[in-house]
Amino acid sequence: MNKTEAIQTYLLALADDELILGHRDAEWTGHAPLIEEDIAFSNIAQDEIGHAQAWLRIYESLGGKDPDTMGFLRDAAEFTCCHLVQMPKGDWAYTIVRQFFFDAAEKIRLGYLKHSEFDPIRELAAKIYPEEQYHLLHTRGNVERLGDATEESHRRMQRAVDEAFGQALGLFEKIPGEEMLVDENIAPDSKALQTEWLQFVSPVLKRSGLKSPVHETNGTVESDVTPVYGGRQKKHTVHLENLVSDMQKVYRMIPGAKW
Amino acid sequence: MNKGKVNISNAEVLEALKDVTDPEIPVLSLVDMKIIRDVKVDKDEVYVTMTPTFAGCPAIYQMKSDIEEKLRELGFEKVHVDLSFKEPWTTDMLDDEARSKLETFGITPPTKHEGDPTSAMHATAICPHCKSEDTTMENPFGPTLCRMIYYCNACNQPFERFKAL
Repeated sequence: MNKTEAIQTYLLALADDELILGHRDAEWTGHAPLIEEDIAFSNIAQDEIGHAQAWLRIYESLGGKDPDTMGFLRDAAEFTCCHLVQMPKGDWAYTIVRQFFFDAAEKIRLGYLKHSEFDPIRELAAKIYPEEQYHLLHTRGNVERLGDATEESHRRMQRAVDEAFGQALGLFEKIPGEEMLVDENIAPDSKALQTEWLQFVSPVLKRSGLKSPVHETNGTVESDVTPVYGGRQKKHTVHLENLVSDMQKVYRMIPGAKW
Repeated sequence: MNKGKVNISNAEVLEALKDVTDPEIPVLSLVDMKIIRDVKVDKDEVYVTMTPTFAGCPAIYQMKSDIEEKLRELGFEKVHVDLSFKEPWTTDMLDDEARSKLETFGITPPTKHEGDPTSAMHATAICPHCKSEDTTMENPFGPTLCRMIYYCNACNQPFERFKAL
């Protein structure tokens, strides 16, 4: 793998996470428990899908296929998203916890990427970073409110944390070719991102009345949870296949149609 | 006949683009919004560089095709409109005139943040209707990607605020 291929692989992982999560978020449009949340998640979905498209445009500028082809004509087995974003939308608690975990990871990753030595990545990360802050403001607030609101909300939020935590660690599964990009200050080391993420989410969970699996031993921050890996290696859940077939249905029905 | 030659300067093209408005905020032109970054005329061709407000703004393609249509109206045979993320768009680029147009339209202008938009996320929003500061954020998301929803406790009206970016 040469440097350009490593950058393309990295861009695809970013774009696939955003596109698939955006699609999952859009499943709440018209179905969210409150109209305000319906609006919020429809906006978040639109942002994430827009970000995916923007990352894919950089991918294309490096000699790759165009964003629509990558999004709508690629088989599920070729995606490189983590399992967190593939999972069905679940109940509202799972949706909130998943999005909070993702937004926290975005804040940390983009915080590095906006200093990337590769100009197009640096410019786009700087653009997206403040947009993602609004997502985090919203989802963190929801975690804090629902974590200890009622017995039921607490029970469901804790169940969601327990379920999503290992999947979220999959956001930090090493992306093939990443070492090359770390050496050249193009992208950050995934392991380092994970440590910062653990340090960020744990206090939020605790002050929301939720149990955090994160602990610090001799200055090392770790979690007891086994990471759910495989996404970056194109090993996926059956849920991704279902989602992709649903997402691509119309596009594949009339290829090249103009709307 | 002088086919293939359009006698229009860069400045005149920019002036003409003041007629093209933001489809989501029709009181502001793409020039007011600082979405148009650069205009270059080269014989019968014209190159325009634009930058999106939000990376995922769905109106960007409508804006692009509105610009192309305007440029063709001016007589250009070949028009090139490119997107750029260089020097990302921020709400601090909106000048006082644009801000006052927004407020008249009923949207509270974005708070100035001098490079740190997160600092403006919690700033007090002044009600565009009664100018009260007694307002509450209802939702950091709204009818378009660039707006948030607030409620004015003084005049009991909901209103929107342009998100600081």
